[in-house]
Amino acid sequence: MTNHWNDLQNTDCALIMGANPAENHPISFRWLLKARENGGKIVSVDPRFTRSSSQADIYAPLRSGTDIPFVGGMIKYAIDHKLFHKEYVAKYTNAAFLVKEGFDFKDGLFSGYDEATRSYDKTKWEFETAEDGTPKRDETLEHPRSVFQLMKKHYSRYDVDTVVNVTGTPKKDFLKVCDAFCSTGKPGKAGTIMYAMGTTQHTVGTQNVRAFGILQLLLGNIGLPGGGINALRGESNVQGSTDFGLLFGDLPGYVGAPKAIPEHATLKGYLEKETPKTSYWTNKPKFLVSMLKAWYGPNATKENEFGYQYLPKGNKNYSHMMLFNTMHKGGLDGAFLFGTNPVVGGPNAGKEKEALSHLKWMVAVDLWETETSAFWQKEAGSDPSKIDTEVFLLPACSSFEKEGSVSNSSRWMQYRWKAIEPKGESKADLEILNGLATRIKKLYKNESSPAAEAINALHWEYGGHGDHPDIDVVCREINGYDAVTGKLVENFNALLDDGSTVCGNWIYSGFYPEEGKNLSKRRDNKDTGGGNFLNWSYAWPMNRRILYNRAAADPSGKPWSKDKAVIWWDGVQKKWTGYDVPDFKAVVAPTEPGGQSPFIMMKDGVGGVFAPSLNDGPFPEHYEPYESPVPNMFSRQESNPTIMIFGGSFNKRGDRSKFPIVGTTYRVSEHWQSGSMTRNQEWLSELSAHMFIEMSEELAEEKGIKNKDKIIVSSARGEITAYAMVTKRFKPHIVDGKKIHQIGMPWHFGYKGFATGDTANRLTPHIGDANTTIPEYKAFLCNVRRAD
Amino acid sequence: MVEMNINRRQFLKLTGATAATLAIVELGFNEKEVYASSKELKIAKSTVTPTICCYCGVGCGILVHTKNNQVVYTEGDPDHPVNEGKLCSKGTTIRQLYTTEKRVLKPRYRAPGSSEWVEKDWEWMYERIAKRVKETRDASFIEKEGGIVVNKTERIASLGGAALDNEETYLLSKMMRGLGIVYLEHQARI
Ligand code: SF4
Repeated sequence: MTNHWNDLQNTDCALIMGANPAENHPISFRWLLKARENGGKIVSVDPRFTRSSSQADIYAPLRSGTDIPFVGGMIKYAIDHKLFHKEYVAKYTNAAFLVKEGFDFKDGLFSGYDEATRSYDKTKWEFETAEDGTPKRDETLEHPRSVFQLMKKHYSRYDVDTVVNVTGTPKKDFLKVCDAFCSTGKPGKAGTIMYAMGTTQHTVGTQNVRAFGILQLLLGNIGLPGGGINALRGESNVQGSTDFGLLFGDLPGYVGAPKAIPEHATLKGYLEKETPKTSYWTNKPKFLVSMLKAWYGPNATKENEFGYQYLPKGNKNYSHMMLFNTMHKGGLDGAFLFGTNPVVGGPNAGKEKEALSHLKWMVAVDLWETETSAFWQKEAGSDPSKIDTEVFLLPACSSFEKEGSVSNSSRWMQYRWKAIEPKGESKADLEILNGLATRIKKLYKNESSPAAEAINALHWEYGGHGDHPDIDVVCREINGYDAVTGKLVENFNALLDDGSTVCGNWIYSGFYPEEGKNLSKRRDNKDTGGGNFLNWSYAWPMNRRILYNRAAADPSGKPWSKDKAVIWWDGVQKKWTGYDVPDFKAVVAPTEPGGQSPFIMMKDGVGGVFAPSLNDGPFPEHYEPYESPVPNMFSRQESNPTIMIFGGSFNKRGDRSKFPIVGTTYRVSEHWQSGSMTRNQEWLSELSAHMFIEMSEELAEEKGIKNKDKIIVSSARGEITAYAMVTKRFKPHIVDGKKIHQIGMPWHFGYKGFATGDTANRLTPHIGDANTTIPEYKAFLCNVRRAD
Repeated sequence: MVEMNINRRQFLKLTGATAATLAIVELGFNEKEVYASSKELKIAKSTVTPTICCYCGVGCGILVHTKNNQVVYTEGDPDHPVNEGKLCSKGTTIRQLYTTEKRVLKPRYRAPGSSEWVEKDWEWMYERIAKRVKETRDASFIEKEGGIVVNKTERIASLGGAALDNEETYLLSKMMRGLGIVYLEHQARI
């Protein structure tokens, strides 16, 4: 989230799209209801009339996978009706930048497309630069090659009639949404967009978010209280675990992992290539060298590039689906699983289960026996005698049987204290990790092969007693300290690239600025203004609660409006001040160089309406889902031309003639993710005990299905059986004059635990977004029939 | 009516003390009074520890009441600025993460081809896992690729970690990358 949960109360209009917070983030809804008490509006756009829709002032249905037409139409509406915030757009975004001659868009493709590699030559999308290397700009926004004009042209095709024809949204509902949300383009008004997996789990997921970004920049809603783009995180620490580098491509703090390319062969080469000339990222060398010092300790010296060569260098995309594809082909021997259950939660889950049997060994660390750690059992449909995988199940304890911090969606790093000893012989993951690391290291102690050298160099000294490390030592390493004196650094501004500072994750540096002050433990709940609670826990970076908050003030440093003030320039004190920690150099005056560039993490200091770095284009363009019930009405490109397609039996593709119904997955309040943390509890299992398939009355009637009937849903990947839940919440979409049905189902179920049921992900495909490879769980083709 | 996985009686038995409260309420007593007094009885002289909900990313505050090495009660933390004492159904039932019979209490091992788990002690598990990791890593370790030092193994994967604490994810990232693992993924992707 750019903003935070309490800040939702400050919004004038909340657009909830691709999320269902009333169901899946229930407590967040208190703050939306507060906003409404203050006159704010709630808008819900969703294929299904959800619990959030039931609380909304405006509801608009859309067919799964048509978010870009919907938001593209809103962008056009804001431009046509001059509802955008012109000064903000001209000064704080790249809308005024000129794009080089030769940039083009034709029949669904941007310039530079190569069909053979399914990729773009992005040099075709570059900005025209002045002699000093900065982009040329036209702040009147009139130049035909300005981003603004190119955008206007691009979305001129997203007129209301075309949009509703594709999305299936009733025209009057679409216009109501446009009118309500675009009214936040006025200074003094702020609109927020709240999204979750309904947005990202598509082959155009990244561009769905980008479309939100463009709309919010146009309306001047980024950086303001009650504004922003807010990703609602589904897991208590999916924010933190991503921050700490648990996706293959990034080291902690979003420093890119080195690759096996000539430019990355040395630390010097890596830093030259990866350090931008402008933005706060010019400090990247300090962040990476300090991290290397944290990882390799005394073994990280100037002479050995601070241990840079010990880091693994990959040469391909190692993300979830590639990982399982490799495993399925026998390319992986061992796997660790920490509290994860892909046999229920992974896409095309039947194949992912099959893949596991190719492993020689598997270590599962969990509170429970899950469908994944038990994949070899008869109940899983396996023949144990034919599966040679050695399986280790290590019992982990729950979150209140240990201590440590988690980062919520608001980026608040909140400490959890230990309430009780771990149950039975279960242990904290911290202890398990330490136990494993120390024993693996011991085996290598007296060896000197390259494999031994890399692991022997890893600095692993965490004190504590027995296998349990001293968590305070870990916290200090994350925050950072002086390599010689051991004194904690105040924050990441103190980090250096000469090996004199140690810091495990720079974005968190500052949470432990001095002895005895781990700020994630703060519990002062006095509102410090604006609902920002600056003394409650710690928000990374630098305890900032609203990102890009410089943009809430006009170029001269005055708040755009008194009602939406966050920080402002205080000419007497000569610094930025207000209700939040400035997301800006606090002493840089608006009149100084860079003083009017609020997006300090971006290369050009402005928000990106035009994004020349993405794989599938600088502007979001509509492509149908990989499996779609209709042809693409915007161009001849059916699906995203840059997605990676797996061939063969690993990913069968369904055809609309056999599978005419759109399927989507969702969650219910009583269960969580793959269900292992809720289906193993009695009360939640009783509250929501059964797998069901939700469908409209119209579809039920067509298929002769009644509420609670047993039905079978099939896709190109498999079949599942469940109870029918016939509701008024789904209605057929009218798309290009034809009736298109959509069904939905929870993805929480499996055969373990108290509440059991068939696994929805047996139906979903192995296909993912062109930038993130997040699977397209939210729009696939299927069919339904009665079970008897 | 469709069959429940657990019937009402099993459910009441499973939930122990709370069942008494439910039963009394069902007999028509003043719900509020009964709730208040039963709450007092259960949590009298208990130790209260603040925690954060382990489910969604809202990060609600929860108070855990413990007594005689049992979790006797959990409730929303009234001092927490986001939830101000309120919780959804998942946060409300967090106590059962401790009390449920489904918890795995000892390490379990499944040998190749076997149809059952065998309980083992931790040391045995640690040592055997370490040996297997070393075997695979040594056999698959790539020091150089096209003249570039790459120090990696592409035959071991690590998955998961979105429910771990920050300090744990940090050690997980450090350990796995330190081993040269490149297939490193977690729930943010799925
Ligand atoms: S109580 Fe509910 S809303 Fe609050 S963090 Fe837990 S799961 Fe999320």
